[in-house]
Amino acid sequence: MNMLTNKVAIVTGAGAGIGKATSQLYEQEGAIVYALDIKGLEWVADYSAKAGKIIPVEMNICDFNAVKTMVMNIKKEHGHIDVLANIAGLISYEYMSMIDFDKLRTMFEVNVIALINLMQLVSRIMTRQQSGSIINMASMVGVKGAKGQLSYSATKGAVVAATRSAAKELAENHIRVNAIAPGMVGSERFKAVLAEKFAQKINDIPFGRLAEPEEVAQLCLFLAADSSSYITGQIIGVDGGVVL
Amino acid sequence: MTNLEKLNNIFCEMFSVNVEELQADFDREHVANWDSVHQVGLSSTIEDEFDIMLDPEDIIALTSYEGAKSVLAKYDIEL
Repeated sequence: MNMLTNKVAIVTGAGAGIGKATSQLYEQEGAIVYALDIKGLEWVADYSAKAGKIIPVEMNICDFNAVKTMVMNIKKEHGHIDVLANIAGLISYEYMSMIDFDKLRTMFEVNVIALINLMQLVSRIMTRQQSGSIINMASMVGVKGAKGQLSYSATKGAVVAATRSAAKELAENHIRVNAIAPGMVGSERFKAVLAEKFAQKINDIPFGRLAEPEEVAQLCLFLAADSSSYITGQIIGVDGGVVL
Repeated sequence: MTNLEKLNNIFCEMFSVNVEELQADFDREHVANWDSVHQVGLSSTIEDEFDIMLDPEDIIALTSYEGAKSVLAKYDIEL
């Protein structure tokens, strides 16, 4: 039986990595998925739907007017929005003394402000339904901090705090809000460009390997589905034992 | 039904009043049960009825009957 039959989901950052894997998994479980990204959605044209449907939406999530119009159109089309997976995010690696503040501001715009805007808009639809699940992509470094990643970890720490506060505010409307805190994920980009640089860190992972995007997507599925109906306000690690 | 009648119906149902009571002073200061819950409910009902999505500042501005008219005008809804 499909876990997301008749559910309407919005997935940001769907062009690659965890967002792409999550979009595909949601579709395989019967959802109608609005897959958002600023680029990289060409894969949708070649994708064969299995149980649901994927609708690619090429847009900048920092464009508030475009996001609002999209949310209104989805509501008009389907009458409900059941799942919001906020996965889009920028990442940087730089020591504190080398932080580029323009890059930092842009990262906050994408990782935090656009995420909060989407939560605000979609939760208004969900409040009327008195149901819904919001999943935010945090990071282990947002919980623990990381040498050489102050900027990125600060944005992800903000995602953790926003998730917990939203969960408290929306619980009375039966809307669940959770965050996922992955460790190092073996996205295509990471494997191609950064894996060698982080070889020592990979050795420090108790499981001895990077996470696959699909392994994080599996948690996105669980949190979207009714299987997790009593879970809210949680920050759940997918880190191969790094937290131990 | 005109847009004004739709708006009046929303207020009458939300605050359990007759349409004659919807005057210039029908606002948060003068209506006893006009709390934040009513304000959020009012914004949701207006959005559904007029098929719009209000900006946060518009929801905040929904503190009076006249204010609601002004908000609708912003969305090109003629009353």
